[in-house]
Amino acid sequence: MTEVTRFTHGSRIPGWDDAVDPDKAPAPVPDAATTPVPAELRQEIEAEMAKYPVSRSALIPALHAAQRVHGWCSPEAIEQVATVMGITPGEVAAVATFYDMFETKPVGRQTIYVCTNISCSLRGGDKILAAMKAAAEGDADFNIRGFECLGACDMAPMASVNGDFVGPLEPADCAQIVSDLKGGLEVIPSKQLRARPCADPAGNVAVTSNEGGQS
Amino acid sequence: MSAILFDRIDEPGLNDIAVYEKRGGYEALKKALTVPTAGIIEELKASGLRGRGGAGFPLGTKASFIPTADIDKYLVCNADESEPGTFKDRELMQKNPHLLIEGMIIAAYAVGANRSFIYIRGEYELQANILEEAIAQAKASGYIGENILGSGFSLDLVLHRGAGAYICGEETGLLDSLEGKRGNPRLKPPFPANQGLFQGPTLINNVETLATIPPILRMGGSEYAKLGVENSAGTKLVSISGNVQRPGNYEIELGMSSRDIIYGLAGGPDEGRTVKFWFPGGSSSPVLTADDLDLAYDFDTLAKAGTMLGSGAIIVVDDTNSVVDVALTLASFYKHESCGKCTPCREGTTWTVKMLQRIQDGEATPMDLDIISSVQEQIIGNCLCVLGDAMAMPVSSLVTKFRAEFEEHIEAARERNGLGMTPPPASEEPALSL
Ligand SMILES: Cc1cc2nc3c(=O)[nH]c(=O)nc-3n(C[C@H](O)[C@H](O)[C@H](O)COP(=O)(O)O)c2cc1C
Ligand code: FES
Repeated sequence: MTEVTRFTHGSRIPGWDDAVDPDKAPAPVPDAATTPVPAELRQEIEAEMAKYPVSRSALIPALHAAQRVHGWCSPEAIEQVATVMGITPGEVAAVATFYDMFETKPVGRQTIYVCTNISCSLRGGDKILAAMKAAAEGDADFNIRGFECLGACDMAPMASVNGDFVGPLEPADCAQIVSDLKGGLEVIPSKQLRARPCADPAGNVAVTSNEGGQS
Repeated sequence: MSAILFDRIDEPGLNDIAVYEKRGGYEALKKALTVPTAGIIEELKASGLRGRGGAGFPLGTKASFIPTADIDKYLVCNADESEPGTFKDRELMQKNPHLLIEGMIIAAYAVGANRSFIYIRGEYELQANILEEAIAQAKASGYIGENILGSGFSLDLVLHRGAGAYICGEETGLLDSLEGKRGNPRLKPPFPANQGLFQGPTLINNVETLATIPPILRMGGSEYAKLGVENSAGTKLVSISGNVQRPGNYEIELGMSSRDIIYGLAGGPDEGRTVKFWFPGGSSSPVLTADDLDLAYDFDTLAKAGTMLGSGAIIVVDDTNSVVDVALTLASFYKHESCGKCTPCREGTTWTVKMLQRIQDGEATPMDLDIISSVQEQIIGNCLCVLGDAMAMPVSSLVTKFRAEFEEHIEAARERNGLGMTPPPASEEPALSL
């Protein structure tokens, strides 16, 4: 019988089971004078804040920007977002830990999400994940994660390589992807989503005349 | 049937406003701005269009719930598209972004919203960049901004990228996320139409729903309603994936036979394999089997068969796959995505995964199947949103329809594990002779 471990409920929230100090006072909004923020990052966050009637709405875009600068949502990145937005680091961290795309531990810069959800796993997604991990074995520059459905099950099994969707993948493609990334090349252009035509033959009828609007 | 949403979808440069305008784009908007807003809502009602995001609520009715008072109102486009198996909004946004934008401007005008947002899932980077570009073009052409085309109506449109959380597709979770918070669903009522984004009345609709508005106005609502079947008007983008030869998005007229979709359009499973079961409306829909392939693909027929059309995503599983593997992958997804707010969902998804894992590991007995079923019953209807139900319904259907296979699997895994045969079920146990 498997022993049931208590209090580790496999929560999606990192840090859920970490020890906490209940006597610690909550962190206030970081003082702008002692929290330097790179000028470009500050500008980007402020521009995002201006888009919304309530500036707090810009928190996710701000975290995307900070992660791009710092490589992950480090305590420093969180402090910087907090000071620009005028909220506490706790509020920022609470949001950063909720979303899968925000890294709350240091990771490599080359981010590969391999989909292991239903449609991809029916077509070998788990083998792709294993092959991808093997191909990048020991290289700290790579952050390879199994991911939930990425909305590209038509090209299953697939992966998102630094945001570019590629598929359908063979295990042998993984070494190619890793070496392409190391060489700074575009990964397998023929398997990129942007090159993929619509499957529906009715949608691909030849364009004869554009005049007269839609038929 | 000629394609409506996928009309010449691969035309080169269609994401550019000039190409879109050349084929009649933004004409529906120009016409709409000259019609009283109530007239547009009437057209939408007449079209019979039901929401394409999952719940199938009629668009015109939802739009009519938005108060007409002159207060801050919002329009939100749900482009979170995270339901496993669903990828139709992706293709629409990537290839014909202006169709969505035009639909949004018309919808905002109809309900008097001056601010609008597209909440797109963070992983859709290519599509977000294309939309950003298209929005800039629409602004430059005067379709978005102050006093649009001299109508006196003003609208702002902001593209908002999410960051990876299925729950942000649930409309109230989405609103919290859009307010810069964790994406936890809210208690309903109040419904978003009364109190949504920033406490204001909010119309929230799926990408495909909003993109269908310009064609509806071009054709006229009653003309559009002639497409499809009763209670399921129009065409629908169907995403087909899994064990089929030609996976992809297809635009169908609602009411088409499911067999024609799965075999005719998508080519069915590979040579020599057969359909074991299929999800008709995303991974959240109870599964159907090969016996159900002749069902018409529309809202009512699927509901009558005990399942749902959902987001219009068909996932086909062929006879080479184990039902236990699929159930475990499915349950693990919902466990990962449960936001943790409601106990039945958080604990129910977690324990379901543990029990299915026990089956895989050869530690289960057939009694575990009854416990799995009872856990599912305790999730359904007991949470703020239906994420938990979205696991419970398909898992229950798998356990019910494939119980014999689960039992065989339990037996075989126990033997592999050296735990031997499971004791016979209680009813078959010899009576104790005292
Ligand atoms: C867990 C969960 C996830 C959902 N995900 C999405 C989604 O990704 N996209 C979507 O349009 N609707 C999704 N919905 C449905 C929305 O809550 C809502 O019904 C829909 O956006 C309304 O738009 P419609 O009327 O145009 O369909 C989801 C619902 C639930 C419960
Ligand atoms: S299951 Fe892999 S992209 Fe959908």
